[in-house]
Amino acid sequence: MRGRSIMRGRSMRLGGAVLCAMLAAGPALAADKLKVGFVYVGPVADFGYSYQHDLSRKALAEALPDKVETTFLENVPEADSERSIEKLARSGAGLIFTTSFGFMEPTLKVARKFPKVKFEHATGYKRSDNVSTYSARFYEGRYVCGKIAGTLSKSGTLGYIASFPIPEVVSGINAFMLGAQAVNPNIKIKVVWVNTWFDPGKEAEAAKALLAQGADILTQHTDSAAPLQEAEKQGKLAFGQSSDQYRFAPKAQLTSITDDWNGYVIAEAKAVLDGTWKSHDTWGGIKDGMVVLAPFTNMPDDVKAMAEATKQGIADGRIHPFAGPVLKQDGSVAVKAGETAPDPMILGMNWYVKGIDDKLTQ
Amino acid sequence: MRLDLVPRTRRSPVLDILSPALAFVAAVLIGGLAVAGLGVSPGEAFVTYFVTPLSEIWSLQEIALKAAPLALIATGLAFCYRANLWNIGAEGQFVVGGLAGGWVGVATHGTGGFTLWILPAMLFAGTLAGAAYAMIPAVLKVRLGVSEILTSLMLVYVAQLLLDYMVRGPLRDPAGYNFPQSVGFDGAARLPYLMEGETLHAGVVIAFLAVVLATVVLARTLFGFEVRVVGASPRAARFAGFSDARLTLAVFAISGGAAGLAGIVEVAGKIGQLQPEISPGYGFTAIIVAFLGRLSPPGILIAALVIALTTIGGEGAQIDLKLPLDLTRAFQGLLLGLVLGADVFAGYHVRLVPGGPSGRAIS
Repeated sequence: MRGRSIMRGRSMRLGGAVLCAMLAAGPALAADKLKVGFVYVGPVADFGYSYQHDLSRKALAEALPDKVETTFLENVPEADSERSIEKLARSGAGLIFTTSFGFMEPTLKVARKFPKVKFEHATGYKRSDNVSTYSARFYEGRYVCGKIAGTLSKSGTLGYIASFPIPEVVSGINAFMLGAQAVNPNIKIKVVWVNTWFDPGKEAEAAKALLAQGADILTQHTDSAAPLQEAEKQGKLAFGQSSDQYRFAPKAQLTSITDDWNGYVIAEAKAVLDGTWKSHDTWGGIKDGMVVLAPFTNMPDDVKAMAEATKQGIADGRIHPFAGPVLKQDGSVAVKAGETAPDPMILGMNWYVKGIDDKLTQ
Repeated sequence: MRLDLVPRTRRSPVLDILSPALAFVAAVLIGGLAVAGLGVSPGEAFVTYFVTPLSEIWSLQEIALKAAPLALIATGLAFCYRANLWNIGAEGQFVVGGLAGGWVGVATHGTGGFTLWILPAMLFAGTLAGAAYAMIPAVLKVRLGVSEILTSLMLVYVAQLLLDYMVRGPLRDPAGYNFPQSVGFDGAARLPYLMEGETLHAGVVIAFLAVVLATVVLARTLFGFEVRVVGASPRAARFAGFSDARLTLAVFAISGGAAGLAGIVEVAGKIGQLQPEISPGYGFTAIIVAFLGRLSPPGILIAALVIALTTIGGEGAQIDLKLPLDLTRAFQGLLLGLVLGADVFAGYHVRLVPGGPSGRAIS
C-alpha cells in the first residue's frame, strides 16, 4: 500500500491531544444519526467523477437509513474549499469525504480544528490522526482499455484527452500505452491536455482535434461524456470515464473505467458508527471492486474474451500493468525485466514510457 | 410607437438610496417563489441564507474574508469603469499578483534571521506585478487603439496557464511527489491572523484601508475629478487639458495593482502556498460587485459583503435544506439585473413616444 506518511512527525506530536479529545467526545456521537458530508469538485450531474461519488452517498443513505444522514456540497472550487469543508464540520458532520486532490491542505487544516470529526480525502497523500486517504488503481483499468484499443485500432493511432499532469493521470497514460503495445508494438498515442476535470466544450474540442489527427479510438481522463459523443458522431470508438456512459454513446463506448466507491464509503461509515475508525490509506483496484469496467460493447467476441481475460489476470495478480521491462521515453530502464513497478513509483510517476508522442513538463 | 428613456433632470437622492434596497427586496421575493417551487419553505430558506450566516462569529469572519478580495478588486475596477475603460482581466492580474508575491514566499522559504521584510516584499511584488500586467492592455490601447476588453480578457488565460506552468515546473515543491504545488510558506510569509481560530487574517484590514483610500481619492483629489470628468464627458475632459493616454495608463495601473494585491493577500492569507488554482473567479465576480456597488467604493464594500453573504448562505442552504447551488448563482445574477434595472428607473423617465424607432434618447 501507499506507505508514505510524510506527515508522520506532526501526527505523532498531535496524537496525544487528539486521542484525549476523541475519548471525551466518543459517546456523545452515538446517540444521534451520523451526519456524513461529501465535498465535490464538480457538479453532481457531471455523469463522471463527482456523479459517481454521489452514487456512493446515495448507496450509503440506502444501506444505513436509520443510522446516517448524508449531505453534500457540489462545485466547490479547490482554492476556496476550506470554508466549505469547515461549514460541513460545523453543521455537525461526523464523517466528511473530500473527494478531490486539491482539497488536501484545506482538509488537513480543518481536521486540525475538528479533531472529533473523521475526514476521508480521495487521491491525496497526506494523512493525520483523523484524516484517511483513499484512491483507486485506475491504471489497472487503463491497461485493459489499452489492450482493447491496440487490437481494434485500424489507423494505429489512439487519442488521449488528459486533464492535469499529476501522477495519477500520467500513470494512466502509461498503463494505456503499455496495454496497447502489448498487442501492437507500433501503436501511437497522441495526448491533448485540456487542463480541466470537467468542461464538455473543451473536451469535445480536444476530441475533434485528435480525430482530425488520425486517431480512431479515444480515451479520456476527464469527466464529461462529450468526447464519447464526439466519437459516436464521427463513427469512431471511445472509452467512458468514471461512470458507465453507454447511454450517451451506445455505438461508440467500448467499456468505461468506473469508480465504485460504494463499498468503501459504507465500510468507513460503519467503522465510525462502531467506533473502530482509524486513520489509514486505501488504494483499491479491480480485485477490491473499486475499479469496475463497464460491460465490453461494440467489439468482436474474441476481443471481448481477451479483455475479460486481462481483467481477470489483473484481479488474480497474474498480470501487472507495469511488469518489466518498462522503458522510459529516453530509452532508460524504469522497471527491470522480471520485476513490477513498486507502488511509490506509480504514485509519483512523472515520466512517459517509450513510444508516447508527447512531452511532460518537468 | 416606441419607448424612450428620458434622463431625469434632478436625481432624487432618496430614490438613489432606495433603488438598490428595493431591488434586493424584489430579488428576495422572486427567490422565495423559486424556493417554494422547489418544495422548501421560503421563510426557512430566508433564515438560512441571510440570518444564520450573520449570527455566528465564525461565519461573520468568513463573510469578511470572502468579501475582502472582491471589495479590493472591485474598488480598483471602479477607477477604470468610471473613466469608461473596460478592464475585464482583473482575474488575470489577480493570478499574476499571487504568483509574483508567492514567488517571493517560495524563494525565501527557510530563510533564517531577520524575516520581517518578507511579507511586505511579497505584498509589494504582488501589487507591482498586477499593475505591470494591466499595463499590457493599457499600452496596446493607447499606442495601437486595440480594444482593452479583448486584450485584458484574453490575458486572463495567459496568466492562469503561466501559474499552472510555474507550479508544475520551476516552483514545484521538490518534496511534493510531483504534485503541482509549491512548498508551504514559512510563518514570516503568511498574513497574521486577527482572531483565534485561524480564520480571519490581516487581508481584511488591507481591503478596508484600500476602500477608504479610494473613497478619498475619488471624491477629494484632482485625479479623482479627472477620472470622473473623462468618464462623464471625454470632450470636456480634453478641453480641460486632461490626457486620455495618461489617464488610461493610470487607471489600469490602479485596477491591476489592486487585483494583484488581492491575489497575494489570498495566497499569503488563506492558501499559504502556490497551486494551479488560486482564485475561484474573484476577478470576474468583482465586476458584478463593482456595478452592484454602483462604482462607488463604499457601495462596493456593501455589495461585496452581500455577495459573500449569499455565497456562504448558499452553502448553508445546500447542507441544511438541500437546495441546489444553481439557485444561489441564479439569485446573485437576479440581484445584479434588478439593481441595474432599478438604477435605470431612478435615473430616467420612461416615455411612450408615437412614431417609428429612432432612439437617440440615451446619450
